[in-house]
Amino acid sequence: MSWVWRLFYSFYSAILFAELGLPRENIVFISGIGCSSRFPYYLETFGIHSIHGRAPAIASGLAISRPDLTIFVITGDGDALSIGGNHLIHALRRNVNLKILLFNNRIYGLTKGQYSPTSETGKVTKSTPIGSLDTPFNPISLAIGAEATFVARSIDTDRKHLTEMLQAASAHKGSALIEIYQNCPIFNDDAFIAVKDGETKGATLLQLIHGVPIKSETHGVIMENGSMKVVELSLVSESELVVHNANNPDPSYAFALSRLSASELDHVPIGIFRDVARPEYSTMVNQQIADVIAKDGAGDLASLLASGDTWEVK
Amino acid sequence: MQLTGDRFTMDTAILGNDISTLPNFPAEIRAPQGTLLGVSSFQLHFADHHIQTPGDAPDVLVAMNPAALKANIKDLAKGATIIVDADEFITRNLTKVGYVTNPLEDGSLDGYKVHPIPLTTLTVATLSELNLSRKDAERSKNMFALGLLTWMYSRPTETTEKFLTGKFAKKPDLLEANLLAFKAGWNFGETTEEFSVSYQIAPAKMPAGKYRNVSGNTALSYGLIAAAKQSGLQLFLGSYPITPASDILHELSKHKKFGVITFQAEDEIAAVGSALGAAYGGAIGVTSTSGPGLALKAEMIGLGVMLELPLIVIDVQRGGPSTGLPTKTEQADLLQAMYGRNGESPVVVIAPSTPKDCFAMAMEAVRIATTYRVPVFILSDGYIANGSEPWRIPGEGELPDLRVEFAHTEENFMPYSRDPKTLARPWAIPGTKGIEHRIGGVEKADQTGAISYDPTNHDFMVRTRAAKVAGVQVPDLEVDDATADAQVLLLGWGSTFGPIAAAVEALRENGQKVAQAHLKYINPFPKNLGAVLDRYERVIVPEMNLGQLAMLLRAQFLKDITGYNQVRGLPFSTTEIIEATMAVLSD
Repeated sequence: MSWVWRLFYSFYSAILFAELGLPRENIVFISGIGCSSRFPYYLETFGIHSIHGRAPAIASGLAISRPDLTIFVITGDGDALSIGGNHLIHALRRNVNLKILLFNNRIYGLTKGQYSPTSETGKVTKSTPIGSLDTPFNPISLAIGAEATFVARSIDTDRKHLTEMLQAASAHKGSALIEIYQNCPIFNDDAFIAVKDGETKGATLLQLIHGVPIKSETHGVIMENGSMKVVELSLVSESELVVHNANNPDPSYAFALSRLSASELDHVPIGIFRDVARPEYSTMVNQQIADVIAKDGAGDLASLLASGDTWEVK
Repeated sequence: MQLTGDRFTMDTAILGNDISTLPNFPAEIRAPQGTLLGVSSFQLHFADHHIQTPGDAPDVLVAMNPAALKANIKDLAKGATIIVDADEFITRNLTKVGYVTNPLEDGSLDGYKVHPIPLTTLTVATLSELNLSRKDAERSKNMFALGLLTWMYSRPTETTEKFLTGKFAKKPDLLEANLLAFKAGWNFGETTEEFSVSYQIAPAKMPAGKYRNVSGNTALSYGLIAAAKQSGLQLFLGSYPITPASDILHELSKHKKFGVITFQAEDEIAAVGSALGAAYGGAIGVTSTSGPGLALKAEMIGLGVMLELPLIVIDVQRGGPSTGLPTKTEQADLLQAMYGRNGESPVVVIAPSTPKDCFAMAMEAVRIATTYRVPVFILSDGYIANGSEPWRIPGEGELPDLRVEFAHTEENFMPYSRDPKTLARPWAIPGTKGIEHRIGGVEKADQTGAISYDPTNHDFMVRTRAAKVAGVQVPDLEVDDATADAQVLLLGWGSTFGPIAAAVEALRENGQKVAQAHLKYINPFPKNLGAVLDRYERVIVPEMNLGQLAMLLRAQFLKDITGYNQVRGLPFSTTEIIEATMAVLSD
């Protein structure tokens, strides 16, 4: 698998250090456990390869106390959505300034092939020999439901698109979650073949581009009876297509987009689902402190210790 | 009741009496009123001399209903004064707690000085001019009772009046009601013939200085703020509310002007995780919890051990296992703190001995964590967390220097190189150019910190982490052996200091020879502990668990230990420790 990491390393470092103009020492990658989480070791920034599911919690503490840093959380479908689900949703709702890269390969790879919370129902794995009974999470829907202000989807092998998404996420003030479809060649090979194969991907991928009608090469998205629907382009005129508005304040819009694709990957929206402004958490925490100090002055230890009722013993 | 107790304590502290308090309340927010389990009490011991405990046998009981009388009567001293709200002694209330006849009338209280006073009626009558519902008026009866006691013990009235004025600033109706009830209680004492005497208690002899009353949770919070100032670091508390530790979160949340960040996390794991993340960034990372929360934090603390970062874990212990007794005290998390993680996972464990000691021990925790880059546990408990005592406020010149040094830019930076003296690795915070590095929970290679599965390296690193904690410098154990020839040592840890000291005092007054020592550093133990244990034929260890410190001592020193153990959710009484010691002395 290391070729994947080397590939990532090459363009992440290019993006982060050059294109975004971030000094390397101010970047921290924090990961959990899983195939995705070895990531920090392939970089030359600061990094913590932490414990299973907890990266957003550790990263939140760091982000709040060190708003000068740029912090990436590297996680996977098991790490973020199963054992660490609680931390993910709370980081998103608080809007902590974390860039969360969720590598979704729909399988537990590091533990050698059990089904994950994004595995399709009926999936046959080592722990589900006659098929999984679980309904999978849709990570995009989950993030939007958790009040996320920036939610995007990309694909590991589409370097150009992924770079664009990373740049947009980095420019966003607050939590940004990018779901990255990733192939696991060992335990879940070709899970995303429909969105990667040159012959099918053009028809499968519904491009989400702000201000542009939502469509793939063959299909488009229209509104019908209050719901979004994917139709063949030949059956509708261009003017009937939904024009993408990533800044739509109503989360139900992005949520509806997220529901256009399910496990079977017939039609998969790709790009930025939602990008809206909301005050960033660390900024607010530190502003509260600054406001109190501006109003009452910095704390004086002697008067704190002697606060309340006191008496003198001679 | 807790508020009434707090006020009487403050008014008493200001007079310079020594004090010790024991708040005791049910876990339920609104426990069923008038039942034995619903009784909320506040015990206060005050004196014109130095005292160690809230006392075993109160001399005065104020019982607001039959349940309160029944729950406390067995503890009272012979001939104690009992003041009851006579209005509450009606058949329904009596039956509820199993009184077949009215104890005020059936002679069962003969031998006590009983004062049945219609507190409710008197309060309601006092407030009849106000536009209050009867229910609201009745609520002020605790202030009537406080006024009466304030008169009985010649306490000042101004401080309570000032307190009420602040508390009810936005509710003028309630302010007036409470003030009137308080004054009416005082006047009742002054004019009634029910009480023939009022008492004057002279100030206790204490070292000169400025004093205040302080609870353990407040002292701990102040100690952390002081440590932040003395170290020049930001204080970060990641916490999830849990009884009896929540007051630390509440207290620190008030002090933003000291740059304190408090983060109420989504769960216990995130609470400690955020603290560890903040520590990685160069802050004093602290998490506060109680036993059940500590169980959840275990894996993250293990990561702290592996990352070798400073981390403070406060466990305000309560009765366990599981949810246990949330509002009652216990010391049964000692082994969880020591060993409750996977792998060889050494941490430092310290334990404050009294409410005011929490201040100094919080600073000690910061000193050790930042010097050795290691998780440090502070084991407090419900008794000293909520209990309070007078505290001589230290001057800033008396506080330790806690400044730290972060790693600087250097070539070939080695994140797991070590200070030869402390074995600490560099505290290398993000934002420092040229020392970018990766760390993690997977075993580290010595020096480089790279992932290493090498068996020899793992063995070396396990031993190094253990040696680092074992080498933490802690003060020697002081032994109080007045005659220097005692054969029996009473050795305690944490919050049992008060009752043990009181017992030792009483035993000596009785001509018994006993030595006392108190462990505030449990991992590592003081260097002289083995020698101290060897000096005594018998060592008694009273602890509020089934023998956890005793187990550690036996294992490390091969010394036979006589445990004295109880887990009733209350601190030891002085009497039971005296009896346990006498049993050994006469053995």
